[in-house]
Amino acid sequence: MALLNYFPDWLLVHGPGFLMALPLLMAAVTALLPNKRIGWISTFIVTAILTVTAFGIALYNIEVGTFIYKMGGWAPPHGISLYIDALNAPLVLLVALMAFITVIYALPATIAEIKPNKRAPFYAAFLLCIAGLLGMVVTGDAFNVFVFLEVSSISTYTLVAMGAARDRRALSAAYNYLILGSIGATFFVIGIGFLYMETGTLNMADMARILADLDGGSRVAKVAFGFIIIGLGLKLAMFPLHTWLPGAYAHSPTPVTAFLASTATKAALYLLLRFTFFVFDPSFAYVADVLMFVLVGLGVIGMLFASLTAIFQTDVRRMLAFSSVAQVGYMLLGIGIATTASVAAGYLHILNHAIIKGGLFLALGAMWYRFGITRMEDFRGLGKTMPLTMGAFTISGLSLIGVPFTAGFVSKINLAGAAADAGWWWAVGVIMLTSILALVYIGRLLLIAYFQSPPEVDGAVVKRNEAPLAMLIPIWTLAILSIVIGIESDLIVEASVRAAELLLGAG
Amino acid sequence: MIDAIPLLAEINPGFWVILAGLICALLPIGSLRKAFVIAVPLIAGVLIFQLHDPTQAARLGGVLQFGPVELTTFRLDSLSLIWAYLFCLAGIINGIYGLHEKCRITDSSALIYTGAAISGVLAGDMITLFIMWELTAISSVFLIWKGGEQAYAAGIRYLAIQVLSGVMLLTGAILHAQANGGDFTFGAIGLDSPGGWLMLLAMGIKCGFPMLHMWMQDAYPKASITGTVILASFTTKFAIYALARGFAGEGILIWVGAIMAIFPIAFAIVENDLRRILSYSINSQLGFMVAGIGVGSAMALNGVAGHVFVNVLAKGLLFMSVGAVMHRVGTAKASELGGLFRSMPFSTGFALVGAMTLAATPLFAGFITKAFILTAVIEEHHYVPFVLLLLGAAGMVGFAEIKVPYSAFFGRDSGRRVKEAPWNMHLAMGIAAFICVYLAWPFGGYAQLYALMPFEMKYAYKPYTVDHVAFQLQLLFGVLFAFNLFLRWKRYRAPQRAEVLDVDWLYRRMGLNVSLWASAMWTRLSAVTRQQRNRFLGTAGRKFYQTFSPAGAASEATPSGLAAVLTAGLLFIVLMVAYIAR
Repeated sequence: MALLNYFPDWLLVHGPGFLMALPLLMAAVTALLPNKRIGWISTFIVTAILTVTAFGIALYNIEVGTFIYKMGGWAPPHGISLYIDALNAPLVLLVALMAFITVIYALPATIAEIKPNKRAPFYAAFLLCIAGLLGMVVTGDAFNVFVFLEVSSISTYTLVAMGAARDRRALSAAYNYLILGSIGATFFVIGIGFLYMETGTLNMADMARILADLDGGSRVAKVAFGFIIIGLGLKLAMFPLHTWLPGAYAHSPTPVTAFLASTATKAALYLLLRFTFFVFDPSFAYVADVLMFVLVGLGVIGMLFASLTAIFQTDVRRMLAFSSVAQVGYMLLGIGIATTASVAAGYLHILNHAIIKGGLFLALGAMWYRFGITRMEDFRGLGKTMPLTMGAFTISGLSLIGVPFTAGFVSKINLAGAAADAGWWWAVGVIMLTSILALVYIGRLLLIAYFQSPPEVDGAVVKRNEAPLAMLIPIWTLAILSIVIGIESDLIVEASVRAAELLLGAG
Repeated sequence: MIDAIPLLAEINPGFWVILAGLICALLPIGSLRKAFVIAVPLIAGVLIFQLHDPTQAARLGGVLQFGPVELTTFRLDSLSLIWAYLFCLAGIINGIYGLHEKCRITDSSALIYTGAAISGVLAGDMITLFIMWELTAISSVFLIWKGGEQAYAAGIRYLAIQVLSGVMLLTGAILHAQANGGDFTFGAIGLDSPGGWLMLLAMGIKCGFPMLHMWMQDAYPKASITGTVILASFTTKFAIYALARGFAGEGILIWVGAIMAIFPIAFAIVENDLRRILSYSINSQLGFMVAGIGVGSAMALNGVAGHVFVNVLAKGLLFMSVGAVMHRVGTAKASELGGLFRSMPFSTGFALVGAMTLAATPLFAGFITKAFILTAVIEEHHYVPFVLLLLGAAGMVGFAEIKVPYSAFFGRDSGRRVKEAPWNMHLAMGIAAFICVYLAWPFGGYAQLYALMPFEMKYAYKPYTVDHVAFQLQLLFGVLFAFNLFLRWKRYRAPQRAEVLDVDWLYRRMGLNVSLWASAMWTRLSAVTRQQRNRFLGTAGRKFYQTFSPAGAASEATPSGLAAVLTAGLLFIVLMVAYIAR
């Protein structure tokens, strides 16, 4: 790869450690910085460096395949090792990129939403969250996963609570999230404990090897699996464990919503993939049954229920939050079918949905920034008053529905094709049905925005008032990205197939 | 001329006619348009004559490559030659016949229609054929619409059926080409693939197979005077060409043709509108041709080609004379006509020539071509179809070919005294009548007809044998005798104002009434059930709303305690599933 030559060797070799350490260190520094603007600048620089590093690592992964970074030079069974393979390299890039995009957007947004004396802590928490997410994605140590999960979660509770300056309900939402997130993390660490009991190691590759030797292990391993699935299920908002999500998304500051929606649940889904297919294996009967009956069942019920709920919402952010729960159902369906093609499609939907939902939430945030819009009926005439923002929202919305030549179409058609190949025709029907439901809830918004005239304030029709450039650039970047993926999908589809082949073996 | 401009050899001569039609659509000068209408088909005919090389099997030209599909837009061989000549000739005669009419739409659509038919028979591939197939339909519908208010719906029905036929043709062509490795050349198709059946059905619609024929009798009588004459020349004959090229020798066609020859008689007996009777007569004659194609021997196909040639002219004569009557009297209803031979002697004469040609009277061209087909059918030992065809021929002679001139020009005197038809109509009819007689002239005339026929025959058929002449005359006199008996005993149904029900009644009347009834019933049913429906929908909507709305159970903020219990419950389910699994 020609591009790879521009990256210094030390960055590639130490990149995984760097990804984790840099935001952790800079979070501490940023928290102490006095001036608010410097906080933004340091976060901006850190996320830019992270994005470049993640890009280099992703390229390096394509070049050399899986590589292991030993933290502090300690060999795996005793020390902590970091893994970069085809499964997590795209996610590392996704998290870093979404963080970078969100930070650009956050410059105007935080000025409107966060009190001046809270801005430095806000960016510190944001960096901690990034560190946690990147850490849980790159690490190869099961306990380390828990630690980073908690790092990201606790910083997220803080970030959500900071929405209180705008909406006091953010406090109860953050509290709710705190309780449930802690339950999830606890379940997860209990599962890790059982797994340690069974295998005597915390390194995930070793766990996988030992479990395979034990042919799935004893009842302890089954219990461990149950706890891990439920713990992660809470974190990734698997229906009906999603109850924390709508509140958290609806009331947190707008950059936080966009970042959470596009990365936090995705990182948890990554862990689900890592544990069900890498540490455990679908060849164990209990794993196969849980995939088949629990994940698919809940995924499909979630798709239908959450889509129906989204249709009846009046608050747009809650609507998009329920839509996220429905989309998680697609991913769970892909994981649950458990063929290479379906897991690839599920993984693809993880990436695509991050881009789509990120774009939608950012656009929605820009609308709040200008007009204070949160409810459906406030969308009246937005096609005239904020044409650029609404245009990007429309593109991302169509992509969410799955209109051809958008990212959403690529992953939905892949998923439907994988389900059909596996003989799951009813699942194809459910995918079609929920796409129609998505058409209803997104279409309703678009109708209001484009076919109703702008409201009148004090006898005058509201004038055009476009979002600032710092918001438009990230919003349109994501909208265009979703079209580029829709048209030129080979690259990302290949990445997802590589990830699925790593988990399930080719074919 | 051809050597000077090599491009002329590459372009289908029909395209020039279509081009002239497009120019006519924009040309405001009537006399110039008329010159176009007559001269351009003539030029096309001369061009075809120049391009035809008797020593060569087929001339191919205008090859276009669209991706994997190769189109041969121009192919001139012995089979397409006679049709191309015929259509040019018919175009000229129709042009002369319509010389008095000042109408830009008629001129231009007649030219495009003629050109599309010529291009169609000269097309070498199925895609060009399809395009011309649709173009004949689209251009000709304007001729029907010129027939006035009542023709509008008939035109729409005509267009719908013709376009449907075209779509079927295209689908069939694609299926057929796919089965043959992407070869779109239009040659023998056969019935061994679904594509073949689809194409047969498409052609069957266009040449009026039984039960698919109704568009013809529906639309032709409603067109304008010149419109009907033009319509009757091309569409069905074009379809016969396609059938002869694609499905020669398919045994099923013998029976289809035999039935086609005989079933229109029943309608012709009771019909009052002369143009409608002639439409049924066309249908019967087409049956002869279809049966000949079904036999598929060289003699049969020669007979078909010749019969098409003669039929266009002779049927044209009858349509033209009825048109002349309409032009002067204003109606073509048998019940309101009669005794016009006094005031329109020339038209009467031409009509009689047409009738005798169709009735296969010796010394008229039909005598030779019909004999070809009948002889070919008997030579291949198809006795039952032979009898059916003979009965059909006799019946049609009795109830159409004699009845039309009889009720218009002879019979009960209607007391109408009108002017003779305009000179141009006489000229057009005169040309057609001359050719009808000339091509049957025992001393050299019919050799000209033979020269046009597409296939080499084992032996030259001699029409003027004593046997044949005597047989045909017996048949003819028998029919005339029966006709007279019917008249004498007043058994001939007196022409009445009535509407004849045909298959098209199924969709024109019954279909309409059924849908009216259904819609009325639906209105009543919905009125009765409105309350129940509203209650049900209201309840369902309320239930949905109660469940899913922001205040509903599924979306209200769940207390964290309840969520924790849910989590524990779900953990229990997962553990049970894992426990039960082996």
